[in-house]
Amino acid sequence: MEWLVLMIVIVMLLSAVAVLLMKNFMAALAALSVVSLGMSVLFVILRAPDVAMTEAAIGAGLSSLMFALALRRLGLWKD
Amino acid sequence: MRRITSALFLVGLAVLVAAVYQQMNLLVTPLAGDAINASAGQQVGAGNIVTAVVLAFRGFDTLLELTILFTAATVGGLVLGKPRADAPRDPDAGFILQAGADLFFPLLLVVGLYIILHGHLTPGGGFQGGVVLAAAFFIPVLARPGTTLDHHAVSLIEGLAGAAFILIGLLAMLGGEVFLTPLLDKGALGALFSAGTLPLLYLAVGLKVGAELAGLLAQLAATEAAD
Repeated sequence: MEWLVLMIVIVMLLSAVAVLLMKNFMAALAALSVVSLGMSVLFVILRAPDVAMTEAAIGAGLSSLMFALALRRLGLWKD
Repeated sequence: MRRITSALFLVGLAVLVAAVYQQMNLLVTPLAGDAINASAGQQVGAGNIVTAVVLAFRGFDTLLELTILFTAATVGGLVLGKPRADAPRDPDAGFILQAGADLFFPLLLVVGLYIILHGHLTPGGGFQGGVVLAAAFFIPVLARPGTTLDHHAVSLIEGLAGAAFILIGLLAMLGGEVFLTPLLDKGALGALFSAGTLPLLYLAVGLKVGAELAGLLAQLAATEAAD
């Protein structure tokens, strides 16, 4: 179980750094939602399924949708 | 100079975190959680302790959370405004996205309603299910940008759901109880129709959150794209 947590945390950290470094905004957005997905898996492991559902629905789903629409509004949709 | 101030800030932050860490002895002091875990099932009749806390023990907090969400959605809509009448529209999406939207709409509708209606039994509830409902109603708009959400219907649902939440709370006051005290029979622990008014409250929360977010997303999608 600890190995699983360690792997998830490493993936989250890597994708969080990737968000900062990536030039393509849509790719950065995808990496951002990977951070949220890893977070929701961590919540499941910590036996907080309610928080995990909220994190997956809002953190990974809705907020990336809103970011994508905002990027479209700003004209940054394509790289 | 800036580096020195940053370093000073970091040192201060580290000292603060260390002080806080020393003061709190984790996992030693029994917190309120144990007491709630032990008594929530019998007191409220909800299988999901989180729901018992969110709607029964601190229902007023939830009402204020809804107010915050409502204010944020309203201000967002105000800032976004309406697109020009002659603004260029996005072309319809391709076959895959359109067919996917047709398939996903009923699926997400059922999943969202399931999460809302079983909020007092299993993990999930009004907020999570409401977001899923909002996604269900937004995906068709994404696939066919020509169609728009009926904003009158959306705001009607939102207003009615919010009013229902407050009305259920006021009904408890009518009987001499505190605002938002759970009413009705608790029923059998684990049955769909149990936990008194909690499922009704969560249904109101879910419809309100879903309508708000679907309206906000549709408005965000309808804004003109930059050239």
